[in-house]
This record gives sequence, structure tokens and C-alpha cells, in this order.
Amino acid sequence: MFPKGTKRKFSDSGDEPAAGGEDVNQPSSVAVRMLSSYSLQRQSLLDMSLIKLQLCHMLVEPNLCRSVLIANTVRQIQEEMTQDGTWQIMTQALSAANAAAQCSADRLVATEVLCRQTEATQGEQVLKPFPAVGSEGCPAEEEVVVEEEGEGGVTMSTVSPQAPTSYLPGTFGMDPCWEEENGEDEEEDEDSEECGSGSEEGDSDRLVEDSRTAEQVFGTFEIKNPAPSPDPALEELFSDVDASYYDLDTVLTGMQSAPKMGPYDLLESLSSHGPSPLSSSTSCRSDLNELDHIMEIIVGS
Amino acid sequence: LYSHKKVGWKPADIISTVEFNHSGELLATGDKGGRVVIFQQELESKNQPQCRGEYNVYSTFQSHEPEFDYLKSLEIEEKINKIRWLPQKNAAQFLLSTNDKTIKLWKISERDKRPEGYNLKEEDGRYRDPTTVTTLRVPVFQPMDLMVEASPRRVFANAHTYHINSISVNSDCETYLSADDLRINLWNLEITDRSFNIVDIKPVNMEELTEVITAAEFHPNQCNTFVYSSSKGTIRLCDMRASALCDQHSKLFEEPEDPSNRSFFSEIISSISDVKFSHSGRYMMTRDYLSVKIWDLNMESRPVETYQVHEYLRSKLCSLYENDCIFDKFECCWNGNDSVVMTGSYNNFFRMFDRGYRQDVTLEASRESSKPRSVLKPRKVCTGGKRKKDEISVDSLDFNKKILHTAWHPQDNIIAVATTNNLYIFQDKL
Repeated sequence: MFPKGTKRKFSDSGDEPAAGGEDVNQPSSVAVRMLSSYSLQRQSLLDMSLIKLQLCHMLVEPNLCRSVLIANTVRQIQEEMTQDGTWQIMTQALSAANAAAQCSADRLVATEVLCRQTEATQGEQVLKPFPAVGSEGCPAEEEVVVEEEGEGGVTMSTVSPQAPTSYLPGTFGMDPCWEEENGEDEEEDEDSEECGSGSEEGDSDRLVEDSRTAEQVFGTFEIKNPAPSPDPALEELFSDVDASYYDLDTVLTGMQSAPKMGPYDLLESLSSHGPSPLSSSTSCRSDLNELDHIMEIIVGS
Repeated sequence: LYSHKKVGWKPADIISTVEFNHSGELLATGDKGGRVVIFQQELESKNQPQCRGEYNVYSTFQSHEPEFDYLKSLEIEEKINKIRWLPQKNAAQFLLSTNDKTIKLWKISERDKRPEGYNLKEEDGRYRDPTTVTTLRVPVFQPMDLMVEASPRRVFANAHTYHINSISVNSDCETYLSADDLRINLWNLEITDRSFNIVDIKPVNMEELTEVITAAEFHPNQCNTFVYSSSKGTIRLCDMRASALCDQHSKLFEEPEDPSNRSFFSEIISSISDVKFSHSGRYMMTRDYLSVKIWDLNMESRPVETYQVHEYLRSKLCSLYENDCIFDKFECCWNGNDSVVMTGSYNNFFRMFDRGYRQDVTLEASRESSKPRSVLKPRKVCTGGKRKKDEISVDSLDFNKKILHTAWHPQDNIIAVATTNNLYIFQDKL
């Protein structure tokens, strides 16, 4: 019936299990299990919605009604997560993860694009990217986070800094999508009485800004395979919905190692400050040897 | 009894709109390729008195072509979103067809005679040497094979930033409205370089956008009244006499949410995909994802009737969100005397609800399930437990086979049902 994503299917029978366990004998464990199951499902729905919105960016002329409905759904989830405290935990965990892992500039730039509208309009907490914790692969981590809420801190170990992130746009973060489409609005607003043939006048400034925005937003999706610049291979990656779903699956199941390591990835892992497969456990000397070896492969000598 | 005639299409020609004209003699369809095909009902023949006239192709023309917006580097689809007929004033027929950005007025006229016997022209069109003309004659009209011509009479362009979802001809037959996601414009049928903006819900700051316009229609009798529906499940009735810009509604129709059914998908499934006035003008019908609602224009607080189209999908909303089916925009229609309403569903099913008898039926439009001239068999979806013979379980429904567009003849019990690329016409045989 549904060709894709069935393995990540939400529990379709009922969206909101009762928070409190009915069985008096085992109230707490059942409740926690149901609560974390609901949290996982909610997280999965959030991730799915974000993917849909990001795909919006890549379509030629996205359907505005659909985009608005998805963005409203994201907003609802975020509001609920804020109310039950999950949101704060996520952002705190992520800021700790970010500080320790020293994320590459790409991610921060991408976040900045998504957040830039909100920083102007909201005085609230600054949004940060956070890992897509949750779903089938990492239930243990999720539960740990929930239980440690009272202790006022979440240790690094519960959050994988290398887990690819899905960016939460916050209340208004997905607006670049609408700004892109509707760049020509400015002229039209002046004259509400007569909208004649002049409504689609040139706005080349807007267009330039939009391509830059589009590139940066595309960059948000470049989590697993950071590339120095957008190239046709990227477009191919984005245009294939199947591949993106598959990628998200591998991401959510918590695979630590990047499945595809092209030459750019190797360079990235060499130059990044984050934990890399080559560092920590090896000595300096073997590091250099490894480096030489890799350089040989890249150079092809 | 029902009999049907099926008209086949190329796979690429997905039907995007279906509309009977005011007499029901003509049926227009628009497709994804920008073409309009008009069918005409044959006159009842004395040989087969039991068979009401069948519909045959009358005219085909290319209404819209794909365009390229150079400023935004976007292609503008040629897909016909809506067709609306004008009431007939003379021998010719007029219809409005629209894609995402441009509305066109087409004149469809017949030619069944042509002048013959020119003095200066031969029959094949070559000019005669004037010096060879010795007598003069008056050209006369001679009958010829019927030719149906479609010509564009007006092009209403460059008035919509967003995608046009509705057009509606006013009862005054002089004006019409066009609605996109955020604005509604009023046009005079004679004037193409100017339109009046009558509704604008675009927020100053696009980041605050949470609601869009999904459909709009003029009242069938009151030329100053129109309604528009939104993605949040509200309908606003506006009176153009109140002010030039109808951002303030006269009435707001909204049903309070049922808290027991609340989920993250509540808003999406409340989004209204179609709104239609009854022929009488006293009621209006709205279609949201799971139901059809009838509203009395005098009561804003809740609908007077609600019909569940496919309630069994409520427990599948997450999957339907995942595969985007939850965003499908189903249309709905009234029969001639407003006693029955019809709408489409999945698996090539469509549903009819008889308001008077409180009965409903599910039928299927497919070649396999019905032969020509046979009675349509009611279908049933099994929602749980043991599946009876001939029932279909929810999990075997084909969600790629959706009936979004249906139309009902203005007087008779003849319906047009569009599957993805086939058109079915069903008649009630007495």
C-alpha cells in the first residue's frame, strides 16, 4: 500500500497513548515506556515534516498550501515539546555536544540561515541544531535523556555528536522557503486596487539573494556528505526522494560511520576538529603514516 | 439502473477538471497538458428511446501552453486547474479556463455553412482575373460539414503572484472572480488589463503566514455575495457592497474541533479542498479530507449535515501524511435539485449521499468492475474484523487511484467521474 517508509511507520492506531498507566501495580515503567514511545513517534513525525519542507525548497514551485500545513505541524510539535520540557533538553544537549565536538562551519552557517528570521523577531533562546535522537535505533538514549531531566544536565554520552542532525527551524525558520517563492511581492502590495500587467516586474536583487539562500538551505541537508561547493551530484542526491529516505533511515538507526566516504569526506575528517576515525586511539606517528597513506590515495601516486 | 460510456485517454493526459455547462448538453474537461476537450450530448434518437443521448467529442483545443518565468527561473505549468462555463447568450458558447497564473475566455462556435459563388475568387480560393468576369452573381451560403471552432477571446494575465485555485462567474454575467493562495481578484469579462483585488490575506511578514485560501465561489443568485474557504477549515462569506476590500467577512463558518479526535494531523484534515453553493443558494457544501459538510448560510456555528467519506482512513493518517495523500484535494458536487451530493475517494471509488433518504452508496469507476450498459454494483470497504465476500479491506486500497474531480448534470441524473486519465459518464436509465 505505501511503497516507502513503511519500516518507519508511526503507530497508526491512535496517536496519543494515555500518559498515565492504568495498571496500578506497574505505573511508572509502563508510563515511561508509553511516554518515550510517544516521544519517539512525535520525533519521527517531526523529522518527516522537516524532510518534506526541505524537499519543498528543492522543488521548482512548491505548493504553498502544502508548505503552510507542514510548517504548522512542525510548529505544533515544537510547541508541545516546549511545554513538556523536551525542547529545552534537546537544545541544551546539543549546545553541549556542539561545544565539545566543535562542529564544522557548514552546520553553523546552515543553522544561521534557518534561524536568522527568528533572531530578529524573537528574543527567546537561540535555536541550535540538534541530533535526530530517537526512533528505532536509539531508544536507550532517548530514555536516558528523559530520566535525567531532574538532574539538570545531560552528559555527552547520551548524545552522539557524530549523529547527523536534522535542523529544527523553530517557529518561523522555514520562511526562507516562502521568501524565495514570493520575492516579487514587494511591488504588488502598493496598489491594491489595480493589479495589472506590472505586477511581475524585475527584482533581480531578490533573485540573487534567493539563490544564496537556496544554496545555504541546501547546505542544511548536506549533513552526511559535506562538500566544498554545490555540484550536480548534489542535485541528484536531492532530487531522489528514495535516497533521502534511505539516508534518514541509516541516520536514525544510529550508524556511527559514514557509509559513503568519498575523497571530500576524507579531507573533511582530516581537517575537522571533531572525532574522526583516524584520531584518538592512534599515536602521532601512526597518524602521520595514515595521513601519508591517504594523501597517496587521493593524489593517486 | 446505470449504464456508462468510457472514453479513453493517453496515459500522460491526467484529467484535472470536469464541468458541465448550464444546460448539460456540453461537458468540458481540462488536463495536465493544457488541453480542453468538450463533449456534446447526442440528441435522443427515436430508434433508442430508452437511451438518453450519449456524449461524444465535440471540440478539442490547446488552451494553455507551458511558460517560463525568467525572473524566478520557474516553469509555469500548463495544467488546467478549473473550467467554468458562461451562461449561453447567443449561438456561441463561452468558457473560462485557467492554469496557475492566466485565465482565458474561449469562444466555441459552430460553422455549418459557407459562402460560395464569389465573383472574384475561384472555388479553391485562387483569384480570378477581373477581365474574365462577364456576369455578376450573389454568393450564397451552402451547407458544409459541421466545424467547431474554439478561439481565445480574452486573456487575463499577470494578476496573480500565487497559484490560482478557483474561478467563479458572477450571476450578473459581467464579472468573475479568480482566487489564488492569498488573494482574490474581481474581473470584468470585457476588460483584461485591470482587475480589482477584493480579498488579501497575505501577512505583512510572510513568516507569520499560517493560513491560505483554498477555494472561492460566487453565490448563484446574489451577485454581491461570495465565499472563500481556508486551509484551517473556515469559510468566510463576504458582501462586496460592504467595502471595496472584503478582508472583513460578513459571516465566518467554522465547526469547533472535536477534542477526542485531536492529533497532529487535525489541522491538515480540516483544510477545505472545495466549496460549492447549492443550486438554490440556501446551502453550501465543503469538502475536507475525511468528510463532506452541508452548511446553512444562516447558521455559522456548525454544519447542518456531515457525511463521512472514508472514516476508515482516520487511523492511517500518519501513513497518508508520509506518502502525501493527505494533501489530495477532493472536489464535491450537488445534483440538480440539491437532494444528493457526490464526492470522490481512493481506489477509484466515489460516494453519493442522499440527503433526504439518509442513504449513501459507494461506487467504483473502473473498466474491470463494470461492463458498458450494466448496473454499477455498490462497493464496501471492510474496516475491521472478518472481511465479507466482495468487500475490500482498507489495506488493499490503491491510493494511486484517486477520484478528485466529479460533476453532475444540472438537470438529469447523469454524472461525469474522472479517474487519473479516464473519464466515466454514468446515466440513470429509467
